[in-house]
Amino acid sequence: MKRMVVALPALVALILGGFFLWGLNPDRDPNAVPTARIAKPVPEFDLPAVAGIETPGLSADNLRETGEPVLVNVFASWCVPCRAEHAVLTRFVEQDGIRLMGINYQDKPEDAADWLADLGNPYERIGSDLDGRVGVDWAISGVPETFVVDANGVVVFRYVGPIIAPEAQAEVRAALDAAKEPL
Amino acid sequence: MKRWILVLFITFAASLAWGLEPDEILSDRGLEQRARDLSKQLRCVVCLNQDIDSSNAGVARTMRILLRERLVAGDSDEEVRAFFVERYGDFVLFQPPLKGSTYLLWFGPFVFFGIGAGIVVVVFRRHRAKTVRMSAGSLSAEEEHEINAFLQSEEEHK
Amino acid sequence: MIPESGHFALVLALAVALVQSVLPILGARTGRALLMESARTTALLQMILVGIAFASLVRSFVVSDFTVRNVLENSHSLKPMIFKVAGSWGSHEGSLLLWTLILVVFGAGVALLGGNIPAALKARTLSVQAWISAGFLTFMLFTSNPFERVFPPPLDGQDLNPLLQDIGLAMHPPLLYFGYVGFSIVFSFAVAALIEGRVDPAWARWVRPWALAAWISLTAGIALGSWWAYYELGWGGWWFWDPVENVSFMPWLLGTALLHSAIVTEKRDTFKSWTILLAILTFSLSLLGTFIVRSGLLTSVHAFAVDPERGLYILGLLGVTIVGSLTLYAWRAPQLEPGGLFRPISREAGLLINNLLLATATATVLFGTLYPLFVEALADEKVSVGPPYFNTTFIPFMLPLVIMMGIGPFLSWKRADLPGVWQRLRWVLAIALGVGLVVWYLQTDGPLLAVISLAIAAWVFAASLREWALRIKMFDAPLPESLRRARNLPRAAHGMTLAHIGIAVLILGFVGSTAWKEERIIFAEPGTRVEIAGFEVVFEGIERVQGPNYIAQQGQLRVLKNGAELTWLRPERRSYPVAGSTTTESAIRTTLAGDLYVTIGEPAADKASGKWTVRILYEPFVTWIWIGAVMLILGGALSMSDRRLRVGVPKRARRGPAPQPAE
Repeated sequence: MKRMVVALPALVALILGGFFLWGLNPDRDPNAVPTARIAKPVPEFDLPAVAGIETPGLSADNLRETGEPVLVNVFASWCVPCRAEHAVLTRFVEQDGIRLMGINYQDKPEDAADWLADLGNPYERIGSDLDGRVGVDWAISGVPETFVVDANGVVVFRYVGPIIAPEAQAEVRAALDAAKEPL
Repeated sequence: MKRWILVLFITFAASLAWGLEPDEILSDRGLEQRARDLSKQLRCVVCLNQDIDSSNAGVARTMRILLRERLVAGDSDEEVRAFFVERYGDFVLFQPPLKGSTYLLWFGPFVFFGIGAGIVVVVFRRHRAKTVRMSAGSLSAEEEHEINAFLQSEEEHK
Repeated sequence: MIPESGHFALVLALAVALVQSVLPILGARTGRALLMESARTTALLQMILVGIAFASLVRSFVVSDFTVRNVLENSHSLKPMIFKVAGSWGSHEGSLLLWTLILVVFGAGVALLGGNIPAALKARTLSVQAWISAGFLTFMLFTSNPFERVFPPPLDGQDLNPLLQDIGLAMHPPLLYFGYVGFSIVFSFAVAALIEGRVDPAWARWVRPWALAAWISLTAGIALGSWWAYYELGWGGWWFWDPVENVSFMPWLLGTALLHSAIVTEKRDTFKSWTILLAILTFSLSLLGTFIVRSGLLTSVHAFAVDPERGLYILGLLGVTIVGSLTLYAWRAPQLEPGGLFRPISREAGLLINNLLLATATATVLFGTLYPLFVEALADEKVSVGPPYFNTTFIPFMLPLVIMMGIGPFLSWKRADLPGVWQRLRWVLAIALGVGLVVWYLQTDGPLLAVISLAIAAWVFAASLREWALRIKMFDAPLPESLRRARNLPRAAHGMTLAHIGIAVLILGFVGSTAWKEERIIFAEPGTRVEIAGFEVVFEGIERVQGPNYIAQQGQLRVLKNGAELTWLRPERRSYPVAGSTTTESAIRTTLAGDLYVTIGEPAADKASGKWTVRILYEPFVTWIWIGAVMLILGGALSMSDRRLRVGVPKRARRGPAPQPAE
């Protein structure tokens, strides 16, 4: 009995050590923000178009009747990585025929319009989320952030940060392909 | 990556200072008080370990405004919390709800205390048994020593 | 050249540490005095060598030698000199060097000042200490060399973070480390005692001054950090239950338990195995703190770049030190002689409950801090454990502890006379209840917990004073007689009273500033008036102020009470053009009754243009937190200066309790 009690501290230390070792795994990001939105229907929202551009606004309904998986990209003109990501998204649309929807997050419409005029507009629809509420509905944790919504309007995948690195691009493509397969 | 900064509160140095802005405050003092209390329990999801009440981040401000809207619309505190949990999961709550994966968190300290108290009681029982045995026979060398120690400590106490 | 000699000194120090790791303990085993004595020389040599290394680093910072990577990344030629110096422990590498320096300073301290410690115990202790320093020296040399050069040298340094240019923050790490690392020597004493298989009152007495020194520094370090957060961060909060705060708090809690448990070992020759365990665990928690702070394992507002490779190395170091010592403990602790007997109602039992509560509180903090990691590992789920959790689990263990603090000193060793204690304490209880009622009556809508806490604070305050008064026979004997008794009372007794009263004072500060805090957040334009806590604050406008390396917008706020001008408060919003960042500087009017705390924010946007966001706080009694902390520190210092702890006093008895010097 006594032996067991005195051995307890060493045992607890070993167990804690195991957790620490696991926690040091370089692939683990301690600051990652979880979401409860995956594998659920898109949240209800209805965003108007960005004032001053032709592209129509975006609502939950638009995402339910696509008939195929689409990308929903949250972006803003003030977001520097978005600029780098923009080229990749444009290539997705122009070369691979991927359908791309945008949520313009907490951005002045004039700035967004200038930005799109400057870089080109690959988006099929863009909703202007001026006050950021729809961003919270989508549970975003920063800009840019990109979602894959399947043909039935279910959010199946989320990518946090700019899709620039080849691995990131491959990950998003894989998620799109997976979403295409009939369930 | 290699940049090591020492000890305290630096990441959000650029956006230091405090969150809640005057234009967000509700005129109803009771509701506002509830809003403040709730916003201290909700985590600013983009910050590092900070509640939305004190955060300057845009998302935190949006969350504060949404929270107040829910309260004005008549939501209970529980409903407000559920509103955010629906989006970000339990992560958004600084006080994790009681459920399977958090039983240990909530009861752990009390279990620890219980085990400790159990050990203390066992120790006392043994001591009492020894004391009883001791008073039965005549004094051994060890007991003599005990008494001396006791007298000494008494002396010291004067 | 200087950085290279610093590097070389570290290599030499490692060699010396390795020698010290082996020779003295070998000497203790084989009874060869010469080998045991060698520790004196090597410990001193280690201190000199690491001292040289540290001095070289400081010099590189002072002269802004940007060929050294560490200086380049953590300094800037425009920094004020004092912050250049402080920059030398501002980085991971530099702080590690400081850590190691303190480690070897404590080792040398024992070697030089511990003349009364038996040669064998001293030799073993110093060998154990050298194991730790060898571990940290290799860590530094292999993964974190502070003297690495850069070529070609850039024109200027990269770090000018204005938030870090603060004297409170500059002094915070050295104090904290002195506390953390100070417990290393206590750890070494404990491991040496386990190797010897003997713990007795003399052992407890030798360890005590070192434990007290570490505890005092840790207290000061934590208090300083919390004070800095209070005045610099602009939220008026002083404790956030952030992981990095928690890891400094845990060794403090357990170190406090250790100080109390060691008294029992010293006076009654019991609790031995428990005291040893506490000594090991306290330092283990210090190491854990270092690990968590440097590995980026947990999310914290305190920013640390993540470096898993270094994390892995420290984890290895941690594993060897902690698991090794605890395994030794599991093996040897059952062989320690059982200690003296005591009744369930006695000073020993009181201190046992104290220790149980402190250990539980430590476990709670540890558990809450690490729980997100557990859940993530086991359930792949992310949870947040924040202040609400800590407040609801920590406080229920603290309140009974504080109640016990009032009773404990009245209990006599071995067997206490409960009716007698009641006799002495009933008036104290009446006072505490009275205070509780008055507070309850006065406070309008504050929480009940505040009332209870203040009643308990009054209880400790009055009980501690009563105990002290009894000891010096105040009012029972003529005044000169009482004064003579007070003079003759051991300093440790005064220290205890002061520290316990300090806790009561701390509680007053905690409760006042949380339960009765008032806050106004407004858009202000010149002429805006705000009422807060009986003050009238008038915003008179903003002035631009040119600082040495910043431009500030300074709010001008006039404070009136009953229509009469009291003072001006001038909070600032500073922008540092070179560093490209902004900070807020709060303006605080401190009085014993409470702080009036003002910060200004950004100029308001479109809706309220031309106005400024102003936040005004009134925090009652908040200063008492730091007054209480100072009382704790002074109490510890008084206790440390007690004559029984002085060099040369205790001689080890052959067995059994050490003879008590007449006190």
